[in-house]
Amino acid sequence: MDDFLIRAALGGIGMALIAAPLGCFVVWQRMAYFGETIAHSGLLGVAFGLLASINLTVGVFIAAVMVTFGLRAVERTTYLAKDTALGLLAHVVLAAGLIVTSQFQSLQVDMMGLLFGDILAISNLDLYMVGAGILAIWGLVAWLWQDLLALSIDRELALAEGVHVGRVDFLFSLAIAGTIALSMKLVGLMLVTAMLIIPAAAAMGVSRTPERMVVYTAFISCLSVICGLLASLYIDIPTGPAIVVSMAFFFLLTSLVKR
Amino acid sequence: MSEIIEEKTMSPKKQSHPSSQAPFLIEASSIGFQRDGRWILRGIDFSISAGEIVTLIGPNGGGKTTFARICLGVLQADEGQLKRAANLSIGYVPQRLKLDRTLPLTVKRFLTVRQKVSNEDLLNILNEVGSAHLLNTQMSSLSGGEMQRVLLARALVNKPHLLVLDEPAQGVDFVGEAALYDLISNIRTNFGCAVLLISHDLHIVMGSSDRVLCLNGHVCCAGVPEQISHHPEYERLFGPERAQTYGIYAHSHDHSHKLSGEMIGHDCSKDHNHTHNCNHDHSAKDEVSNTTSHKRDTE
Repeated sequence: MDDFLIRAALGGIGMALIAAPLGCFVVWQRMAYFGETIAHSGLLGVAFGLLASINLTVGVFIAAVMVTFGLRAVERTTYLAKDTALGLLAHVVLAAGLIVTSQFQSLQVDMMGLLFGDILAISNLDLYMVGAGILAIWGLVAWLWQDLLALSIDRELALAEGVHVGRVDFLFSLAIAGTIALSMKLVGLMLVTAMLIIPAAAAMGVSRTPERMVVYTAFISCLSVICGLLASLYIDIPTGPAIVVSMAFFFLLTSLVKR
Repeated sequence: MSEIIEEKTMSPKKQSHPSSQAPFLIEASSIGFQRDGRWILRGIDFSISAGEIVTLIGPNGGGKTTFARICLGVLQADEGQLKRAANLSIGYVPQRLKLDRTLPLTVKRFLTVRQKVSNEDLLNILNEVGSAHLLNTQMSSLSGGEMQRVLLARALVNKPHLLVLDEPAQGVDFVGEAALYDLISNIRTNFGCAVLLISHDLHIVMGSSDRVLCLNGHVCCAGVPEQISHHPEYERLFGPERAQTYGIYAHSHDHSHKLSGEMIGHDCSKDHNHTHNCNHDHSAKDEVSNTTSHKRDTE
């Protein structure tokens, strides 16, 4: 088997493992649009990365963290509902990204790669970053598991029971930002949140405990990556979208099993 | 200044309740809370002692829930002082749970999310609230009444010194409400915890309340509920077996509020005496009719 295929499979499965536990919490806490907003900051992040000559994933992560802080600031100073605040930020950062890239002729942004990803072009450095990501995210989720679960059940009850809601929220936002930055190269900004949402939604119907839902989510996600890679190899379709369609297929499957 | 006056005038009332001799679990003085520059609560003096049942009543928007949230530490007061006993453990029963249906969770798991509890303790607590059969049920399939009991069980898992319940009987029918009040009363006896109960009804309160506080931006009045069993008519209405469950809190105010809740005729920030010098009769022995005729005076 070719080297790039093994790297793609490893990177994809690694991302699936990173996104699985976070995806469950995104679904439980109705935060799908949060990931979407961070994804919109990707273009700005790539522009940062190119201008500062740093790794593009790091650039996107920095932009994503800025959006996280921006969201907190907007929420604190206005009375906008969360979805409105997110919608506002999403479009502002997208517009900012487009303006910055238009002003620097030297910026050669690979728009197609950015929007739709290219898992087959994953490098060894990307793989190391994914490996570090797995350790960081699973460590964080294991550490905060009870608090995150209490928050997902009921924010107010968690507050009353002494959960440090602000701290947990912040760390979780950072984790989402990092995950989106990492998985951008895989499926691209247009499909990046699919990795967080669809496998968790698919696992939901067949799980009886939160822990099992995380395990099933990881399993479905890994399987989708492999199916997507094989599909793109044998019937020659783009890999990122093939992975997303595989996830949707599993979602359909578990929806039918549940009935 | 006003706080000192409060303490003095309130003390005779306290002495009529032996449980009030116990140390304070929560002691609040001159608590104020504002939102968007408008004071939602101001000048609230409050205390609750071990084993005491205090019922908070008041109109919607009167700040009952806000005050409970300040006691819980969920909200920070903008002025005043809140003292809590050291290592105070509070069990909180919210009005409803915002649990998303996408989160698969059995009752057992729900009760043990934040701490390890032995199966024996868990079953004891569930038996106490009459819900042992629900142990392995999914949270999303509970009925409203079942959910209330499970929430109560969750609050008890912490072995609380103080139980805070936010309108637990709201949306429960009359029989369910009576059963819930009996249950809360039993819990106080069996677990020895104090209870702060927010009631949705202005006049009919839990009979075993040691004190009732009427909150409408400030403490309108405070007093003791009278047993329904003292009133033959009410006893006929509720039935003899429920006579102990409910109490009547007869109160009328010497000041009135605009519909917006602002007080007319008293300046709350200057004059706290209205709480105590007011004309309304806290014992209200023969004033059953008072409860039904009580309404908000208009200008």
